[in-house]
Amino acid sequence: MEYLSLLGIVVIVVGFALGLDTIAVVVIAALITALVSGIDFTSFLTILGKGFMDNRMVSLFFLTLPTIGILERHGLKQAAVNLIKKMKKLTPGRIFDIYQAIREIAGAFGISLQGHVQFIAPLINPMAQAAGKVNSELTPLEVDQIKGRAAATENFGNFFAQNLFVASSSVLLIASTMKSLGHPVDPAGIVLYTFPVAIISYILCLFYNHAFDQKLMKSKEK
Amino acid sequence: MDTLINNVLLAFYILIGLFFLAAAIESWRDQANPARWGTGLFWLLFAILFCTGQWLPNAINGGLIVIIALLSLFKQVRVGHIKELDEKVAQKTVKRIGNWIFLPSILLAVLALVIAQFTNFGGQVGIGVAAIVSLVVAQILTRSNAKVVYEDTQRMVRSVGSAGILPQLLATLGVVFTASGVGQVTAKAISGLFPIGNHLLGVALYCIAMALFTAIMGNAFAAFAVITAGIGIPFVVAQGGSPIVVAALGMTSGYCGTLLTPMAANFNTLPVALMEMKDQLGVIKQQFPIAISMLLIQIILMYFLAF
Repeated sequence: MEYLSLLGIVVIVVGFALGLDTIAVVVIAALITALVSGIDFTSFLTILGKGFMDNRMVSLFFLTLPTIGILERHGLKQAAVNLIKKMKKLTPGRIFDIYQAIREIAGAFGISLQGHVQFIAPLINPMAQAAGKVNSELTPLEVDQIKGRAAATENFGNFFAQNLFVASSSVLLIASTMKSLGHPVDPAGIVLYTFPVAIISYILCLFYNHAFDQKLMKSKEK
Repeated sequence: MDTLINNVLLAFYILIGLFFLAAAIESWRDQANPARWGTGLFWLLFAILFCTGQWLPNAINGGLIVIIALLSLFKQVRVGHIKELDEKVAQKTVKRIGNWIFLPSILLAVLALVIAQFTNFGGQVGIGVAAIVSLVVAQILTRSNAKVVYEDTQRMVRSVGSAGILPQLLATLGVVFTASGVGQVTAKAISGLFPIGNHLLGVALYCIAMALFTAIMGNAFAAFAVITAGIGIPFVVAQGGSPIVVAALGMTSGYCGTLLTPMAANFNTLPVALMEMKDQLGVIKQQFPIAISMLLIQIILMYFLAF
C-alpha cells in the first residue's frame, strides 16, 4: 500500500500535462500525498505552512524586480535593440551566434528578456530572413527552418545560461530543495558548475549554426 | 553571525511582503479587472505570509496557502490591466545615458556573487544587498523618485504574477513529499528495476529521468524536487556523488527535456504562433540535436565531476 504515496506525483504529472491551474495542482498534489500517507489534515496544514516558510529564499528574486522595472521603463530593451542592430551583413547562423551570446550574458546578469515576443519575432527572425536571401530567394521550407532556428536560439540562450545568475529563481529553487532534502548546497556553487554547461552548449551551437549556413549556401548553388 | 543573517533575511522577506501589499492595493484599484477582489486577496494573503507568517502558527500559514490555491482554482486571480510604458521616456533616457543603462543589472549580479564568495554573509543576504544597491544606482541614473519605484514594483510583481510564486510552492511540495516518504518509495520502486551502486548507471538514470519527467510536465522546476528526492539522492548522492554537481547538472538535464516538449508552450509553441510557422513542431525539431547531445554531455560531466 505504500505505493499509494506516489499518487501525488501522478496528480502533478497529469495536472501539468493537461495544463490545469498550476498553483491549485501543486497544493492538491501535496494534500493527496499527505492524506494517503496517513498524515491528518491539521498536520498537513502545519507541514505545508512550515515548508512554505522554510522555502521563502526561493522568492528572494522579487527583490530584484524594482530595479529591472525601472530599467525597463527607461529603455533597457531599446538599448539592447541598438546593440543587436549593429550586426549587419552577416549570415543567418552568425546572427544566431551573436544573439545567443548576448542572451547568455544578459541572463548571467539577471536581465531576463522576454525573448520570443520582444526580440525573436520582431527583430532576429526578420534579420536572419533578410540575411538568408541575399543572393536568391528562400524556399518555404527554409523560411520555416530559419524561424524555428531563431526561436531555438532564444531557448538555448535562456536555458543553458539561466543558472549563471545567482539570484535566479532556478538557482534559489535548487538550493532550497537540496536544503529540504538534507544536502545543503551553496547558490554560488551552482553558478560555478553551470559554467561548463553554458560554455560547451555555446560551442556546440556555433558548429550547429555553421552547418545551418552551409546547408543554406548549398541549396542556393543548385 | 547566524542570528544576524536570519534577522537580515527576515527584513528582506518583510520587504517582499510589502511588494505584495502594493500589488494587492493596485489590483483592487484596477477597475478593468473582473476578478479584482480575488486578485487583490491573492496578493494580500502572500503579503500576510511574508510580513507576519514568521509569528503565526504554521497551521494558519498552511491554511492561507490552501485559500490561495482555491482562489487560483476558481479563476479569481487575473493579471488585469497594466499600464503601458511610455516609449518616449525610454528613448530620452537611452539617448542621455546610452549603455550605462546596463550598469545596475551588472552591479546586481556581480555584487551578489562577490558578497556570496568573499564575505560570511552568504548568498541570500548577498542577493538582497545587491538588489538594494542596484536599485539606488538605477534611481540615480534614471532620475527616478520613490513614486516611480512604487509604480514599477507593483507593475512588475503583478505582471510576473502567480508564475513568480510557483517555484516556492514547488519547493514546498518537495517538503510534503519528503515528509510523506515519497523519495524512499520511488527509490525502492526503481531499485527493483535497476541495481543501486553503479555510479554511471545512477547518473544516467537521474539525468534521463529529469529530462523525461520535465518533458511530460513541461516544467523542470516541478520535476526537480520529485526526481532528485527519488533518484538523485539515493542513486547518486548517497553513493558519494557531490550534491552541488548533481543538483546543478540535474536541473540543466531537465532543461533538455523542456527543449523537446510541446508541453513547454511558452518556449516551443508560442514562437510557432508568433511567427506563423507552418510546422507546429518546427522549433522542437531545430532543438532536438542540441538537446540530445547536451543530455549525453551532462551525463558524462556529472559522472566525472561528481565522483
